[in-house]
Amino acid sequence: MIFNIVRTALIALKRDRAALALSFILPIAFFSIFATIFGGAHDSTPKIKVIVVDQDQSRASKELVKGLERESSLILYTRPPAENKNAKPQPDYTAATAEAAVKAGDAPVALIIPQGFGQHPVAFGPDAGGSEIQLLNDQSDMIAPQMVAGLLQKAAMTAMPAAMAEQGMKYTDKYIGGLTEAQRKQMGVNLKELQQLEDERDADRKSEAGGSDSGSGFDGGGIIAVKSRAVVGENKRSPMVSFYAAAIGVMFLLFTASGSAGSLLDEQDSGALDRVLSSRVTMTKLLAGKLTYNTMLAFVQLIVMFLWGWAVFKLDLFSHIPGFVVMGICTAFAVAAFGMLLASLCQTRAQLGALSTLLILIMSSIGGSMFPRYLMPESIQKAGLFTINAWAIDGFTKVFWRDLPVSALWPQVSVLVVVGVALFLIARRAARRWEAT
Amino acid sequence: MGGFIDVEVPPPVRIGLSGFEEKGECKRMTAIGSIAGGTAESGAITAAPLVIDSLVKRFGKLTALGGVSLELHTGECLGLLGPNGAGKSTLIRSIVGRVIPSEGRVAVFGASASSAAARRDLGWVPQELALYPRLTVKENLAAFGRYQGLSGRKLAESVAWCLDWAALKDRAGDLAKGLSGGMKRRLNMAAGIIHRPRIVLMDEPTVGVDPQSRNRIFEMIEALRAEGTSIIYTTHYMEEAQRLCDRVAIIDHGRIIASGTSDELIANAFAKCSQVLARFNGSASAISAWTERHGGKLVDSTAEFTIENSTEIVGLLEDAAKAGLVLEDVSLRRPNLESVFLHLTGRELRD
Repeated sequence: MIFNIVRTALIALKRDRAALALSFILPIAFFSIFATIFGGAHDSTPKIKVIVVDQDQSRASKELVKGLERESSLILYTRPPAENKNAKPQPDYTAATAEAAVKAGDAPVALIIPQGFGQHPVAFGPDAGGSEIQLLNDQSDMIAPQMVAGLLQKAAMTAMPAAMAEQGMKYTDKYIGGLTEAQRKQMGVNLKELQQLEDERDADRKSEAGGSDSGSGFDGGGIIAVKSRAVVGENKRSPMVSFYAAAIGVMFLLFTASGSAGSLLDEQDSGALDRVLSSRVTMTKLLAGKLTYNTMLAFVQLIVMFLWGWAVFKLDLFSHIPGFVVMGICTAFAVAAFGMLLASLCQTRAQLGALSTLLILIMSSIGGSMFPRYLMPESIQKAGLFTINAWAIDGFTKVFWRDLPVSALWPQVSVLVVVGVALFLIARRAARRWEAT
Repeated sequence: MGGFIDVEVPPPVRIGLSGFEEKGECKRMTAIGSIAGGTAESGAITAAPLVIDSLVKRFGKLTALGGVSLELHTGECLGLLGPNGAGKSTLIRSIVGRVIPSEGRVAVFGASASSAAARRDLGWVPQELALYPRLTVKENLAAFGRYQGLSGRKLAESVAWCLDWAALKDRAGDLAKGLSGGMKRRLNMAAGIIHRPRIVLMDEPTVGVDPQSRNRIFEMIEALRAEGTSIIYTTHYMEEAQRLCDRVAIIDHGRIIASGTSDELIANAFAKCSQVLARFNGSASAISAWTERHGGKLVDSTAEFTIENSTEIVGLLEDAAKAGLVLEDVSLRRPNLESVFLHLTGRELRD
């Protein structure tokens, strides 16, 4: 009898392609995505974009930049990338334009090598006479500044042998030369200073660990003095709340939109669709009505989610109303059109459920709804640009994280609107099957 | 597709009553395919509520409608009968614009069936319960009313009229999904006529309802007819067609094979003949041979004969006795619409 029950269930599963897809394709798809992102299936380490401004232009600073360029996990920009091959080269970054670029999200980190760096490239701290390299960073990316700071020290050790030797000579002459009594005394004094510096570093680390993360401070962990400063998000109380409000919001918007658009399939099954289309309602009007409703529903969902973020997680919603409204409507429109397309392509609710689950989870994983895209390999980051999630999250990040004006949202708005229109037009074409035959 | 206004009108042809070739002997009476001609009377073309002219619909290699011609008169209830898959639903869907004919035309008061004017004049009650389950009765009616272009006071009046007509006034605030089967059927009908059309197409509106609801539905249809509404009524219940319909058209294999009043169809099919049904004990081969010898047919172990004169029964039974058959039961039956239907469409299962 148990065998009979198993046999009946197997036959039913075989006939239910939607359930089959969910049972086998979805886990494989997810496994592949996560393996690619975290398992090093291709290019394991995500490359970090770093803007470098060499104000010194000394031999030492140039060697340091060359050393950084050799780091495979970094992509260095000394000037904004050209929009196309024939475009006129952009002028080099300055300290101001580099900071603006980090604020705009073009790169998570910028390094400013100050004038005079070549005079004292190796310095044991800010008081040692060397110039500090400024590390400007975006707080939303907590990994990139740490990596860049470490690689900077590595580059200094390996890329500046002449500077290191010169500095070594200076230090030898300064601390050891002659070894006279007076020199010994001098060395003792300097050693004390170094010890004092060590203590100061320890104190700094303790205060950073125990206190609030101000996002800036002296990074004295190496032979090059680095002063890091957060230029984006330094005043945010809950750095990741706005990111996750958008990221999770978009994912569930996609689910809601596809479910809501599925009412078309319910109406098809009940015969209501036939009845409606036999009245004065045309297919285009019907789909446009559904799209409008689904857009409104998705936008209201976003409002509720962000209000919750404001009430519970101190998300600064009311200072960003214009940007939120623009991004909210565009995102809602795009996800609503996506839902309409899925519903018009599927024959049954079961198919819609399987297909939407498959697509939405994949889109959400590579589009940044589950974890930030900057953690992903570059190829996956590029693939993420084909998702609604990525563009919506980028737009909301611009609004809530970077405090950019509405005018700065034009790339995200354009993409979301164009995608929404395109998906709706495809959905309209697919819906011809419901029209008179 | 244009209306019929500018169409060159062929000579008038009488619809129906010509579906049979009368051979003079009841036992040999057979159906002969679609009714001849098929176009409507010229004088009524522009005024007729609904004229269907040589309608053909093909789905790939399958011909669902093979040249159907029909005319619906003002205030008339025309029954459309046919086995499953005969083409009834395709015909109805062609009329309401959900199926585009391969050939032929449908005109609603002279206008093309796809025109906005035709949409206003046509009401469709589909066989499915085409309702919004999570909307109340009143909200359903209002929604479909708006889809038909009603608004404001006119919509409110129409909703009120429909609630009264369907005897659902007391359940106006109830969700559609919570209604009984009969109430859902009545709401389904009301949603189809919310815009008060002059022609209503009803596709098996009494499927799955109890006798009380069925009677109520009959009253609703009669009320519509009293207002002059023209109705096409498809059903598998012959007694409904006999009770409600002025005329009946029988469709099979995509063609109208007979049409006329019930009496006309019976007379044409059977003249003054009656049916004899007899059951015997005996060997199956003997019963079969005896039935065949007398031009009858065996249906579920019952021999059926069509006779002109009741005295023929005596001869039949005497011959049966000679063949060694023991009579179990015999009855004489006057043919009805079901007899005509089965006679014309056969007894083979269609699905």
